[in-house]
Amino acid sequence: MVLELQKPRPIWQIMFSTHHTDVGLLYLITSVAFLFMGGALALAIRAELFLPGAQIIGDAMTFNRIFTVHGTTLIFLFIIPFASAVGNYFVPIMVRYKDMAYPKLNAIAFWMIPPAGALIWLGFADFTWYATPPYSIISAPGPAADMWIFGLKILGISSVLGAINFIVTILKCKHPDMSIGQVPLLAWSFLSSSLIIIVAIPTFAAALLMLLTDRLGVSGFFNPAMGGDPIAYAHLFWFTFHPEVYVLVIPAIGMMYEIIPRFSRKPIYSYNSGIFAFVLLSIVGFSSWAHHMYATGMSFTEKTVFMIGTLAAVPASAMHVFNFIATMWNARIKFSTPMMWAVGGIALFFSAGAGGVANAAMPLDFSTHDTYWVVGHFHLFVMGTIAFGSIGYLYYMFPYVTGRMYNETMGKVHFVMSFIGTVLVFFTQHVLGLYGMPRRIFDYPPIPEWIAMNQIVTVGAMIIGVSMAIFLINMIYSSGKGKLANTEDPFGVGGKYYYPFEAKNPSH
Amino acid sequence: MSGHSNWPEWIYVGVVIALMVWVGAEAWEAERLVEHVPADAKIIKVTGQQWFWTFEHEDGTKEIGELHVETGKAYKFEIESKDVNHSFNIHDYVILMDAIPGRVNTVWFAPTDVGEHDIQCREYCGLIHYNMRGTLYVEEPSS
Ligand code: HEM
Ligand SMILES: [Cu+2]
Ligand SMILES: [Cu+2]
Repeated sequence: MVLELQKPRPIWQIMFSTHHTDVGLLYLITSVAFLFMGGALALAIRAELFLPGAQIIGDAMTFNRIFTVHGTTLIFLFIIPFASAVGNYFVPIMVRYKDMAYPKLNAIAFWMIPPAGALIWLGFADFTWYATPPYSIISAPGPAADMWIFGLKILGISSVLGAINFIVTILKCKHPDMSIGQVPLLAWSFLSSSLIIIVAIPTFAAALLMLLTDRLGVSGFFNPAMGGDPIAYAHLFWFTFHPEVYVLVIPAIGMMYEIIPRFSRKPIYSYNSGIFAFVLLSIVGFSSWAHHMYATGMSFTEKTVFMIGTLAAVPASAMHVFNFIATMWNARIKFSTPMMWAVGGIALFFSAGAGGVANAAMPLDFSTHDTYWVVGHFHLFVMGTIAFGSIGYLYYMFPYVTGRMYNETMGKVHFVMSFIGTVLVFFTQHVLGLYGMPRRIFDYPPIPEWIAMNQIVTVGAMIIGVSMAIFLINMIYSSGKGKLANTEDPFGVGGKYYYPFEAKNPSH
Repeated sequence: MSGHSNWPEWIYVGVVIALMVWVGAEAWEAERLVEHVPADAKIIKVTGQQWFWTFEHEDGTKEIGELHVETGKAYKFEIESKDVNHSFNIHDYVILMDAIPGRVNTVWFAPTDVGEHDIQCREYCGLIHYNMRGTLYVEEPSS
């Protein structure tokens, strides 16, 4: 059984372990810690924007550093490591293998994260999460900028190592009796996202090195003063990071594929369509990167090509939504906390996709690009879909990890408050964008509509903040003092759990 | 496989694809019309730099942070940057185009009504990005 906390062990035993559940636990704790650190920065941003004029953050430079580190932290130090935590716990069990394919490599991939996190947080760079040249070359203050570059470099390597491990574990180490068509959808989600990582990351890895040498003044790849082209960086960056958004979202969808059927007490409506949509998204996801660049002066033809590429990826996302709804249709659903998060996440996933289609339609993008609309759009994914799926899954795996139950009422309060907060914050931001408020601004002119909407957004953010405090208390208290879980069926939904009993941690 | 028929899913996917085709076609048509610059458009050179906008009219007059134009005429902006990336934005007229060093990007508009509109920078460009603002004055034709 995967009981990490019931039998206390000295911390160094977990830290130096290479067993997949121990590495999973390290990923889990690290990623949740970064969730809270990044979230705290978000609350600071929102407090600052509650009114025009300087509020709690003294100057623009500090503000710019805060939103840069906020975004970098939540994408690279929360979402990705959290997915690795879930993958570490569940993928080996789901393919019926004793561990990850390369346990030492697995531990190494994890241990690259804390130093990278330290570089990012101790540097506190200001050039936004995309470090666009020439600003990042000629204007961004060092050593923060250089530390960020090294941090991201390390995270990229860690991601690639983790992806190799998942791919080999799933394709080569699965039980011989099991065909690839029997691997659960959660494991399929890791296979798809890992394949995307392998293809997408090297481009950005190269761009980061070029950025670094440009900063050192020994090259001028992206520096127009030396004959370079900043647009080239934008292409390299988005060639990695549009596919990367699917790397972020696919595991969260995989987690929902565990939760939704379990609490609907039904098998998934169509397993094959789930696989098909994952694979399709992993391929078509590579055809749309320059939809982030319509306003850089691309030709009409280029814009048209990337608009078509973007719209072509929509049916694959839409198929997941259908699959979830069809599974829940006429089902005896039990709305325990994990299920509430998953269902809420799907609703927000749908709204986010609809907004994405508006961005993709090229004339509309000139209204939305680099306004708060875009901030609202992608947060409905990163917060509304991915964080919701992940938090739901954290509740779901809690009894297996700790052997105890969390407090159900607090879990539900956490969900309801977060859902209301998320709707208030990110739907309002869409409208704010249509009213023209640019993103990444420390201060704004006192336009009455802007003030009103910023206040709604800040109130929503504070509601999420309070709910996260409830979450933290619930997790800490329940992991030590919660009532013992019935690990045969912790949520009382009946049916058979094919895991996690089969995971044998040698240290237990 | 799981014993139920899949036609609802096929219909659903069909509807989604049809919607995407429709959105794409409308967008293509709209963008094509929007990008058609009138031949008699007057040229205004726009230069972004940390952290203000400079405008140069065809007759050589320069303005900083303010731009005066007349109703009933078409204007074509030629947008450049002296340092880092910026984005020239008149939100009320859906004018948005990046100012990128080493490149000239163009966009055009034809103001219809007399009035004042905000000009702002919509691409992060450092310390005072938040206040890289200006005002567009649309006036009656002088002669
Ligand atoms: C239906 C699917 C989607 C469509 C059609 C879509 C479309 C777009 C478009 C056109 C933009 C550019 C907006 C602009 O800057 O003007 C954009 C931005 C963005 N999208 Fe999506 N998107 C989709 C799904 C996703 C998913 C699944 C994620 C993340 C998990 C995501 C994350 C982002 C992010 C992070 C940005 C903004 C990046 C930035 O500028 O900082 N999108 N999306
Ligand atoms: Cu994208
Ligand atoms: Cu700017």
